[in-house]
Amino acid sequence: MAMMPVSTTTGPGAPPEVAPAPGPARRGARPALSRILRAVRSNRKATVGTALLVIFILLALFPGVIAHDNPSAEIYQRSLGPSGAHLLGTTALGQDIFAQAIWGTRQVLIIAIGVGLFSTAIAVVIGVAAAYLGGWWDGGLSLLTDVLLVIPLFPLLIVIATYVQNAGTLVLVVVLTLTGWSYTARQLRAQALSLRNRDFLEAARVRGERRFYIIMVEIIPTMTSLLVASFLTNALYAVLFGSSLQFIGLGDPNSNSWGTMLYWAENNEALQTGQYLWTIVPGVLILLLGASFALINYAFDEIGNPALRPVRRKTRVKRAS
Amino acid sequence: MRFILRRLGFFILTLWAAVTLNFFLPRLMPGNPALAMLAKFRGPVNPSALKALEVAFGVKTHQSLISQYVGYLGDIATGKFGTSLYFYPESVGRVILDAIPWTLGLVGVTTILAFLLGTGVGIVAAWRRGGAMDSILPPTFVITSAIPYFWIGLMLILIFSEKLTWFPSSNGYDVTLIPSATGSFVGNVLWHAILPAAALLITTIGTWVLTMRNTMVTTLAEDYVRMARAKGLPGRRIMFDYAARNAILPNLTGFAMSLGFVVGGAILVEYVFNYPGVGYMLLQAVNNEDYPLMQALFLLITVAVLVAILMADIATAVFDPRTRSRG
Repeated sequence: MAMMPVSTTTGPGAPPEVAPAPGPARRGARPALSRILRAVRSNRKATVGTALLVIFILLALFPGVIAHDNPSAEIYQRSLGPSGAHLLGTTALGQDIFAQAIWGTRQVLIIAIGVGLFSTAIAVVIGVAAAYLGGWWDGGLSLLTDVLLVIPLFPLLIVIATYVQNAGTLVLVVVLTLTGWSYTARQLRAQALSLRNRDFLEAARVRGERRFYIIMVEIIPTMTSLLVASFLTNALYAVLFGSSLQFIGLGDPNSNSWGTMLYWAENNEALQTGQYLWTIVPGVLILLLGASFALINYAFDEIGNPALRPVRRKTRVKRAS
Repeated sequence: MRFILRRLGFFILTLWAAVTLNFFLPRLMPGNPALAMLAKFRGPVNPSALKALEVAFGVKTHQSLISQYVGYLGDIATGKFGTSLYFYPESVGRVILDAIPWTLGLVGVTTILAFLLGTGVGIVAAWRRGGAMDSILPPTFVITSAIPYFWIGLMLILIFSEKLTWFPSSNGYDVTLIPSATGSFVGNVLWHAILPAAALLITTIGTWVLTMRNTMVTTLAEDYVRMARAKGLPGRRIMFDYAARNAILPNLTGFAMSLGFVVGGAILVEYVFNYPGVGYMLLQAVNNEDYPLMQALFLLITVAVLVAILMADIATAVFDPRTRSRG
């Protein structure tokens, strides 16, 4: 967590993303949806990322289908190795590790999706309002965004979580959302500013459309790619930071989640006592879920910016060099 | 110059925001968590220190919120951070001063290494577009960016400390040794630093590679690069003097910024390895409800970041003539 939660493809000091020239919003969801599906299928990173995400969503919705044990029941023999009855063994407290891993998906995913959606929503409201209202509004909102952007996030999260004590799902979502929206808000403001004098907005103004209509129907749809990127970046950030907070014991120690599993594993010295799976399994799951968000995000970047796509044919490289 | 003054003003404002957060957060929480903390320390801590804490956290005080706040701002401005509760009777300032060199050494050196290595790999990957390195590395680093730092640390401990027993798994040096300036002690410190440094390097290098590669890919398509090729310049010269030199700006400003994150950056890695730096102290303070130490560390980390961002701004202004006129 040395750096701010920047998206995986734009480094801390990367130039502001130049979005593809936005035209008037295309209406009708069907062509857009089929375009996205085609893009996902044609890009390997997107295919892998989406497949992983779908699996995790299914696990979160129906954990009981494959994990029959109660994840928090401390009823089994302690510290067992993997076996038919306990696929991944049991913890030093006598819980089934497989059940904990599967049931733990739900909380992590709720936090990821919740933080992704809410922080994107806040960023849209603040970023677009700042750009569109201008003047004092812009000054104030931009200042708020910039201040939050430079305060180091993880230490701030730690301080807040310490005072809250035993943060549950809802508290984690709120805290991660309140601290995480600023980066996107800044990008959206820049995007909205660059749109301000476009002809299609002028046309809408001349038609006499109301401000609210212009913002909702004309401006926001042109930002779709930024919004998707924001959702994915913030979801990844929520998975990593949420789990980290739980790992250091600032979450609810009784909750079922991967970060909490790691907390108990560390507390019981799982690595020193040979219970490796207790530490490995939740970490691998965090990695896979995080990677699914990161891969989809990177793939979207490649789709939006053809220069970044992997080069397939050698001959074209030759010509370029 | 005006640009830098404006940035300075902004940083003072941000610092004030951080101090204000420190002041109001414990007061906003239901049932003032400081109360519980104070009750716990009633025994071992002497009454006058406790009194100062009660004032600092707004417990049992008849002052108005505003005069408490002004008093708090005054204390911070004059560097009065109080006494650490967990490391009682040491002062907060002392505890922090002891921790800083460890973090600067470990995280500072690792950050510089990660920057140099990552930027170099990024340049070569972009130059050999479509080569083996270019097709394997970006997806790999997209995935490593999704690994929690602390878990990499845990895995390194598992492999290199528990299984192979090559490196120690905790502390900054062998606790049986007495710190001294001898070669054997320095060697011991380095030996203890290898695993945490590796954990940091693995998780941070990806950003440098990806940023450098992606910017460099864009620069390679510029006309001046084509011009250089047309002139028949040697490839190495085009790669470094034409393309990389123009593509490195985002990485350079990123580097200046990441130097600020050095201070607070490796909190979890230090925690996993019990490495006695700033991040480890922060979590010690958190786990032991040592709020004065926690608040001071949070401020310290914020200040470090602010100074670094200011340096990054100045560096950009110096290196990129286009930004100068904007003022």
